[in-house]
Amino acid sequence: MILNQFLILAAVLFCIGIYGVLVRRNGVLVLMSIELMLNAVNLNLIAFSAYLKDTSGQIFVLFVITIAAAEVGVGLAIILLLFRNFRSPDLDQAQQLKG
Amino acid sequence: MVAQNVAFWIIAIAMVLSAIGVVRTSNVVHAALYLVIVLAGAAAQYILLAAEFVAWVQVLIYIGAVVILFLFGIMLTRSPMGDLDLDNSQRMPAFVASLALVGTLTALLVDAFGNSKVVIDSPTKTSVLSSDIFRLYIVPFEAVSILLLAALVGAIVLARRD
Repeated sequence: MILNQFLILAAVLFCIGIYGVLVRRNGVLVLMSIELMLNAVNLNLIAFSAYLKDTSGQIFVLFVITIAAAEVGVGLAIILLLFRNFRSPDLDQAQQLKG
Repeated sequence: MVAQNVAFWIIAIAMVLSAIGVVRTSNVVHAALYLVIVLAGAAAQYILLAAEFVAWVQVLIYIGAVVILFLFGIMLTRSPMGDLDLDNSQRMPAFVASLALVGTLTALLVDAFGNSKVVIDSPTKTSVLSSDIFRLYIVPFEAVSILLLAALVGAIVLARRD
């Protein structure tokens, strides 16, 4: 296996995640796209960990997974609040701060 | 080596198609189920790269906990007017931007790493990983546990009704 096949797969997944973040209106779907991007980065870290024969990459993946779990918890709480106030999970409606 | 490459390409194609499903489907629950395939594929790639502990953590935390959290989120935020159009009007610019980014990244990676090979002799032992966490990375480990506690308390404070 060459290193680049993992890195390019991760790049493709990351860009699909970016497309989702830019295009989706539903807040839960935006969070899912962010999870796609985090997973792409994790794949990179594991590939480099295997390439360099260093366990640091795997330990950082464990940290990223923990922080992703915390992020989803807080993010879904915020989207729930948004839903209570606007009666819809549509992020485009939250524009009170727009100048 | 050949078997590993075949497995890689099967899993990679499944992951990319499911990821496209996550950002293209018009049903929110289907997006969560496509996400499960992507996350399981990532766990399989970790096993191919001999990181078995991380692969099982991925299965337990992502597929076990995060996706369930997403399904609860979908359940609690069902729009009373029925499903609206899930995409906004910037599909074309977003597509161009992500395509440009994937092109740039691919060119950069091919230029930087070329045909560098990943040679895997033996799986990473979980004992090595745990002794590294508790010797070299003990301070970040404790910081992350405080952060997780703070985030969970914050989520409860945000979501409770008063």
